Amino acid sequence: MMDVAHYMGVPLGLCMAPLLLGIINRTKAFFAGRNGSPLFQAYYDIWKLLRKDAVYSRTTTWIFRSAPVVGLGSVMIAMILVPVAGSSLFAFTGDLIFFAYCLGLMRFATVIAALDTGSSFEGMGASREVHFSTLAEPALLLGLAALAKLSGSFSLTGMFGGLSGSDWLASGPAIALIAFAVFVVFLAENARIPVDDPNTHLELTMIHEVMILDYSGPDLGIVLYAAALKLWVLGALIVNILICAADLSGFSGLIVFAGGMFILAVLVGIVESIMARLSLLKVPQLLVGAGAMSVLALILVMRFTS
Amino acid sequence: MNLLTDSILVLLILASFLLLSSSRLSNCIKTVALQGMMVGVLPLAANDSLTCRVTAIALVIAGMKGIVFPYMLFRTLRESTTIKELKPYVGYTASMFAGVVSLVASFWLDSRLHLPVAASSRLVVPVAFSMMLTGIFLIVGRRTAVNQVIGYLVMENGIYTFGLAIVRDVPLLVELGVLMDMFMAVFVMGIAIYRINREFDHIDSDQLNTLKG
Repeated sequence: MMDVAHYMGVPLGLCMAPLLLGIINRTKAFFAGRNGSPLFQAYYDIWKLLRKDAVYSRTTTWIFRSAPVVGLGSVMIAMILVPVAGSSLFAFTGDLIFFAYCLGLMRFATVIAALDTGSSFEGMGASREVHFSTLAEPALLLGLAALAKLSGSFSLTGMFGGLSGSDWLASGPAIALIAFAVFVVFLAENARIPVDDPNTHLELTMIHEVMILDYSGPDLGIVLYAAALKLWVLGALIVNILICAADLSGFSGLIVFAGGMFILAVLVGIVESIMARLSLLKVPQLLVGAGAMSVLALILVMRFTS
Repeated sequence: MNLLTDSILVLLILASFLLLSSSRLSNCIKTVALQGMMVGVLPLAANDSLTCRVTAIALVIAGMKGIVFPYMLFRTLRESTTIKELKPYVGYTASMFAGVVSLVASFWLDSRLHLPVAASSRLVVPVAFSMMLTGIFLIVGRRTAVNQVIGYLVMENGIYTFGLAIVRDVPLLVELGVLMDMFMAVFVMGIAIYRINREFDHIDSDQLNTLKG
């Protein structure tokens, strides 16, 4: 029983990740008073794209063609490391840094492929992506460092396994700060609304969408699927921080985890419905603010545990 | 009890960060009002034995810092035409970095400082230092007079918090004297801002330098 649940985490993510997009869109549609697209629209889109042919510009090289696969591969590796219901498939000391740089490799592949197209428009998106992620990465790493210090373990599984309800009582403010900082990073990295608008195409302010403009067919399908997996992986961090107090394992843990992910998706939908996208100059401020919260959490944790 | 105090202290730091990063003056006033309220109720959360006197002082201070001062600042703001700090000396992102650095510095300072009395929470003293530094930073780093008054208020919040950590029970007279001083200061600054605004059609204190011969 326990063993089956142990191996279920990654398949659960692989299957359910696009569903999160559906839930976000349905929540936004609910707020706008529309019916919205079907819950499984992302699956239909990906399936449709996978059956099409790809068109490549003559300017592009093998870099452009390999980037979607590299991105998908690295986000899947990151997924293996993230614990679901208290256990992950693979864990080692220091894997939180490996986790952060798996996502970094995915970003690097997207950025370099965008530059490979030779379009000045995509170059602009790439520049913005790199600029914002420079500020988002310290926030994520410092937040994870604070969690590591708090739980005394340097692997993601040990970190979330080491947290318990008593930690919430002892250093609740610090954990809440980390959760908020990771949430901001989650929104920024997944190009959600306060940072980037996933619905706008061909607009000067967009970041993620502009970098994948030249993809078509199966490549675009893979890019979409990898983006959904990234949403799942980073969301899993937040859900793990918040439900660690419950200390669940096995199938009940899986169910609570999946429920947490869906609540998170609804929350993202609400944020996207009630907030406007920040102006591009304000985004660094938001991310530096998230970084400041992570630093504060780290200082608090170091003080409480020393 | 301790968790409550710590949460309030963390919120105080977050309010300082917010002040460092927001440009709209009305938002700044609201934030400093919230911070003042939280500083005011801090003794209620930190003290184990609540007496009538402590409660009364806390409520008066929360009312002054949270309602009276912001009201006066809002009135000044209405009379001036400025709604935004347009060109601060130090940009908002850089201010945020400065806030983080000052926070780290205050924690370091606190670890070097051996106070004769134990504070009610291990966070009180560093948070107080960081608020004082943030206040000074706002005073030198911003152009509009309203923001400088806000910096002054933040600094005062820090000093009050520090006093709370060191002297558990402040004599009522001293407390009211300090509060009266602050009231006068904000009052005078309000009038000064009004005058600056009437003479120059803006509240940019940097322009006062042109008055020199």
